[in-house]
Amino acid sequence: MNFPVLSIITFIPMVAAAIMLLMPAQRKNETRAVALAAATLALILSIWVYFNYDQATAGYQFIERYNWLPALGISLYFGVDGMSTPLVMLTGVVMFTGVLISWGDDDKHVMAGIQDRPREFFAFLFILASGVFGVFVSLDLFMLFFFYEIAVFPMYLLIAIWGWVQTREYAAMKLTLYLFIGSVVSLVGVLAMFWVQYQNTGLLTFDMLQMEKAGFSQAFQYIWFLPVFLGFAVLGGIWPFHNWSPDGHVAAPTAVSMFHAGVLMKLGAFAALRVGVMLLPEGAKQWSWLIMIFAGVAVVYGAYIAFVQMDLKYMIGFSSVSHMGLVMLGFSTLNRAGLTGAGVQMFSHGVMTALFFAITGMIYDRSHTRQIPELGGMSKIMPFATVGFIIGGLVSMGMPGFSGFVAEFPIFMGVWRVQWLVAVIASISIIITAAYIMRNIRQVFFGDMPAKLEGHMTDVTILDKVAITTLCLLMIIIGLFPSFMVPMVEKGVENILRLLGGA
Amino acid sequence: MFTSTMFASILPEILILTIAMLILVVEPFWKEEKRRNVGWLTAGGLLAAMVISFLFGQPGDPITTLGGMVRFDWLGFFFKMLFMFAGAATALLFMDSEKVGHRGEAYLLLLASLLGMNLMAVSADLVMLYLAIETTSIPLYVLAGFMLGDAKSTEAGFKYLLFGALTSTVMLYGFSLVFGFSGTTDIYQLASMFQAGSLSIGSALGVLALIVVGLGFKVSIVPFHFWAPDVYEGSPTPVAGFLSTASKAAGFAVLVRLFFVAFPSFAPSWTLAFAILAAITMTVGNLLALPQTNIKRLIAFSSVAHAGYALIGVVALTQLGAASVVFYLAAYLATNLLAFGIVMAFSRVTGLEDIKDYSGLSRRSPALGLMMLAAFLSLAGMPPFGGFVAKVFVFAAGIQAGYLWLVIVGILNSIIGVYYYLNVLKYVYLYRMPEQDEENHLIPLSRPYAIALAVLVIGVILIGTVFAPWFSWSDAAAMNLF
Amino acid sequence: MDFIATHLLSLILFVPAVAAVIILFLPSGENKLFRWFALGASLIPFVLSLVLWFSFNASQPGFQFEEQYVWYEAIGSTLHLGVDGLSLSMVLLTTILTPLALLASFSINDKVKAYMMLFLFLETGMLGVFLALDLLIFFVFWEIGLVPMYFLINQWGSANRNYASLKFMIYTMGGSLGLLLAVQLLGVLFGTFDLVTLYERWNALDSGSMLLGMSVGTVKTIAFWAFAIAFAVKVPLWPFHTWLPDAHTEAPTAGSMILAGVLLKLGAYGFLRLILPLYPVEAKYFAGALAFLATAAIVFGAFASYAQTDFKRLVAYSSVNHMGFVVLGIAAAAFAAGTNDATIALNGAILQMFNHGLSAAGMFFLVGVIYERTHTRNLEEFGGLFPLVPIYGGILIFTSMASLGLPGLNGFISEFLVVRGALPILKVYTVISMLGLLFTGAYILKGIKKVLHGPMNEHWAHGEHKLTEINTREILVMVPLMVLILWIGIYPAWILDVINKAVVMLF
Repeated sequence: MNFPVLSIITFIPMVAAAIMLLMPAQRKNETRAVALAAATLALILSIWVYFNYDQATAGYQFIERYNWLPALGISLYFGVDGMSTPLVMLTGVVMFTGVLISWGDDDKHVMAGIQDRPREFFAFLFILASGVFGVFVSLDLFMLFFFYEIAVFPMYLLIAIWGWVQTREYAAMKLTLYLFIGSVVSLVGVLAMFWVQYQNTGLLTFDMLQMEKAGFSQAFQYIWFLPVFLGFAVLGGIWPFHNWSPDGHVAAPTAVSMFHAGVLMKLGAFAALRVGVMLLPEGAKQWSWLIMIFAGVAVVYGAYIAFVQMDLKYMIGFSSVSHMGLVMLGFSTLNRAGLTGAGVQMFSHGVMTALFFAITGMIYDRSHTRQIPELGGMSKIMPFATVGFIIGGLVSMGMPGFSGFVAEFPIFMGVWRVQWLVAVIASISIIITAAYIMRNIRQVFFGDMPAKLEGHMTDVTILDKVAITTLCLLMIIIGLFPSFMVPMVEKGVENILRLLGGA
Repeated sequence: MFTSTMFASILPEILILTIAMLILVVEPFWKEEKRRNVGWLTAGGLLAAMVISFLFGQPGDPITTLGGMVRFDWLGFFFKMLFMFAGAATALLFMDSEKVGHRGEAYLLLLASLLGMNLMAVSADLVMLYLAIETTSIPLYVLAGFMLGDAKSTEAGFKYLLFGALTSTVMLYGFSLVFGFSGTTDIYQLASMFQAGSLSIGSALGVLALIVVGLGFKVSIVPFHFWAPDVYEGSPTPVAGFLSTASKAAGFAVLVRLFFVAFPSFAPSWTLAFAILAAITMTVGNLLALPQTNIKRLIAFSSVAHAGYALIGVVALTQLGAASVVFYLAAYLATNLLAFGIVMAFSRVTGLEDIKDYSGLSRRSPALGLMMLAAFLSLAGMPPFGGFVAKVFVFAAGIQAGYLWLVIVGILNSIIGVYYYLNVLKYVYLYRMPEQDEENHLIPLSRPYAIALAVLVIGVILIGTVFAPWFSWSDAAAMNLF
Repeated sequence: MDFIATHLLSLILFVPAVAAVIILFLPSGENKLFRWFALGASLIPFVLSLVLWFSFNASQPGFQFEEQYVWYEAIGSTLHLGVDGLSLSMVLLTTILTPLALLASFSINDKVKAYMMLFLFLETGMLGVFLALDLLIFFVFWEIGLVPMYFLINQWGSANRNYASLKFMIYTMGGSLGLLLAVQLLGVLFGTFDLVTLYERWNALDSGSMLLGMSVGTVKTIAFWAFAIAFAVKVPLWPFHTWLPDAHTEAPTAGSMILAGVLLKLGAYGFLRLILPLYPVEAKYFAGALAFLATAAIVFGAFASYAQTDFKRLVAYSSVNHMGFVVLGIAAAAFAAGTNDATIALNGAILQMFNHGLSAAGMFFLVGVIYERTHTRNLEEFGGLFPLVPIYGGILIFTSMASLGLPGLNGFISEFLVVRGALPILKVYTVISMLGLLFTGAYILKGIKKVLHGPMNEHWAHGEHKLTEINTREILVMVPLMVLILWIGIYPAWILDVINKAVVMLF
């Protein structure tokens, strides 16, 4: 047993949350410092994991296993593979940048970041982060589910308390109910899998590596794949269950939107892949056409709805639906290119959308409006954020040289292999995306600044700049050097392909 | 002969009696204003009793002692521990309850009912069982109506008494029929008596239905739940907490033992009946909880719903099912006590009990807000709190036994639950007091509350995270049923 | 030196991008520094491409100076670079025009840092297309080039820049969509994007077999059009040209220079590099259609140009007209691949690409020069300016004559070659095109007349509006262009030789 790095990463935020909750409420800056320290540590460790994952041996690494409830075969079983390692790093990055941009400032009149009860805010956010890390590293189905739920409920509080006054109650409740419904539906499937595998093999275990060999009958897989996959995929924002997501994004405070779109949606997709596709491969083959239709609709429809939005955050929210649709599209191909692309897209979209929401938050904090027509001329005040947004926009459009292209290209190639018509239709979204991204960049950043904003705007803080730079760099690095991430994801994909039976 | 095993089997009860004696002796010597310290004595005594029992009174292989009256096994022992823990917490919560905690009788009544519960959990004979139930109930009737000047409390006490008396009479009739059909009152012999098909299914179900009336009242399953909201609302808050947790758990202890041990031969029929009851209970409880504006009534209906969830484990009629029921009760007991404790701590300062009065609580007392969060999320079944794991186990048992539809009903109900639990949290965290001057309306926590609530929160989280020990005890308890 | 010799292409390609990143870290506000640094940085690839030009062996078949690096292993794409005579001339054109354009944009005073960075990124983008020997890399650079151009128009353009830049972006991206899908199709089929491999294997596909539920022939036809439309938008061919006048008109001077000088060539290059080798059969089959579009571009371009009252729009439409000849040559070559006429037509087309790059860049620059002074481009507001600015007038007439196709200047050579090659192959279209040529003369003469001759607009003669003569920096921009125009016009062999050998070996 080596250095238990995964459990440390997973529990750092939780411990930090506990520490923060025990600190006096008026110690806001100390609370923030604790948060930043914990986030930095988690980031460093997750990067360390990323670079120390041995691609030559592949498979699951950094394995830790502690018996948790032997009577039911539940164990705290952690390990990462090529699919989850980038996501762990993504979580570290989003957590780090999320803390930076919600630092808040109690002295100035600028309402940036979180000023109201930062202690509770960071604590809830970090509990959520623990849950996210936990899902990505869990190899035990029960624990995966456990962490999954942990990642869901703080969302309600974070949105309802610190969110946008006008819709937060509605959005928070909608989001929680959607996600909760999705997760319990999956739970039923998970429990059914657990018992059937017990019948088949006589092993009482939630170990997913064991469950892969459970020999679920074809009929069983046909029945249970859809509830399990879709239940998790609700969190991934799959059409037609995506409705909660734009509302949630809009209502959430900036850092939460970042987490939400950046990481949480990946959580849904990841769980859908790991539990749905990997444990029920026959079911996946049976139903992949349906997933492909859903995803294809999501891609085009999400882009179109984003196109007609007048609210900056809604626009990003729907563009997330579109981009997560591409992830699902990649999953539905069940082939190497598609899955690899989906894996990279999860990372790429996470970084990109975190950046989008961060910058939107910075603008909103200063202008108090997100209506695109009411904004303009931001490039003169915040050039740094402008460049960041443009880079994000280019990633979003799938512009070569950025991570979006590296991710989307293989997805489309994967789709070609299965059904070329879907690839052709889905590609329409590229144009729509380009149109609304360019239009909005022009209006928000380069148009004339409305009179009522003149004089009220200030440049972003240095912490914001650090956050923007971090996120942008990642997207460019992956875009220019796909081998930074793709081979790793491929290793994960190989394992999935093995479960799907060759190919 | 009085052997050491016999002694061990009723060691906790002996210790409880000792504490009661001690209180009787000490209390008159204390001045009026120091009487609340009896609470420290009770709670400390109960904790000591738990430790001593744990050290010296652990059961070995299950045996029947005291002339066939008492079953000495893990099932009973685990429940006893739960009851005593609940009793200790309730005693602490009594202390600052103006009209209750300053009178020594309250603690005595609490101990008396605790004694009855302990015996309910271990009764191996119908006669013993009935005695234990009455021993539990009568002090609780008094406690429910303890606030003499308060019309609601009086009403609550009276209502509880009437319902309790009626249902226990019906149950007693059922017991007598059982004796009439089988010729024995020994629970452990009933199974073999009924084995031979001596009884038609129709009359068996009739008999069981009568018994269910009595137990259903205790655990408040629909349609025997009518008393719960009124009584919870009217009676002193800590008493309501005790009623909704320990008393309900005691009912389940009896239910599980009686039905698993004595009537497995009629299983297909009564499990189906229970499944239907469980579905109705959950649904009615949750739906009625939705429109509530009083926090105590809301928790009351939610506790009805929770009885329904726990019943899923009974329906499963497997070892996992039984274990999951026991585990569920442990988690639920800690959680609901916590909830009532918070309500108590809040209303002691503010005198208010409506949900909307909780606006701004997280600013008036961040600690109380967080505890509320833990309690309500646990009730909603969210990790890392006890309620989540408990619910998963119960559902797992249900699915294992093939009751998929029941589990789905349970899941639909959890969703309703999430809605109204989160609604309460919305008041706590989101809304503000009308004047937005929360800092002038802080809610201080007195020491007994702080201790009780802290222990309960830690308990709720421990059950939800390090669930292995609790589950293995529950499992050990469940094993004794087969 | 060894390093330079072995990494010549990647140096040419990436030096501008690296320089752009360095500019990012230069202290802000130092406009002069940015300008000179950018200019200096753009001269490096120029010098390197001269080295490339002189060490290139025109008689050797295949690609030279090849470099190959791992890029995107998972889908079988590598950073594969190489040049042949075709791409070499385009590389040279790009590296010549970029420093000149940078020099031309010394008058930019707004956000100089970002401007210079974008320009250098743009150069990398364009060079990448010409150097790529990997289909995906080709596409990558193809798209990358859009972004800096978009922002150059959008940020430094004139009044209607928002509309024009978005139109430019959406048209080109929309056009590339088919290309993207077709590229994916090829990648899926062969698991590699290497052009050399693709040439062989794609053509080796049995056209009777089935692919994606359709016959290979159908698939190839669809893919052909996917490619062709993407390139046609860029060239631009009628009727895909409507973005061009807007973009040109609104773009800053240097942006127009590069846009007309190099960016349009990307489309034509795409036809030559990808369509002719990959779809010989389809290209032959549809050559008539292409020729029709090309003729339409020539004729309508000329008519439209004649109708303009905006000087810059006039020049912009002339690009449509001139690029039509390139495509006409290509269409002719596609129709009768391998024949002597086809080779002549192709030679003409490629030389026309180079020539148009020189003359169009010069014309746009000259429009910019006068616009900077008068802040108007309306032809009606000029008139009789020659006496005021004789040097400028001379240069303008010289460049216009090149554009017009005056013998002795470069435009004549290439247009003659195209027409000579195409006439036997596509008689009707060529004849109509030659009529178009007539109008070329008409609109250019109209432009010259409206600006330089006729009654003098007194407004520009005196006082604060007095027109000033072209300055030294601006002359320095024009001199290299004029030298090349004249040189090719008189002695085209030095470049035709390289082009001809490449054409003979390729097609």
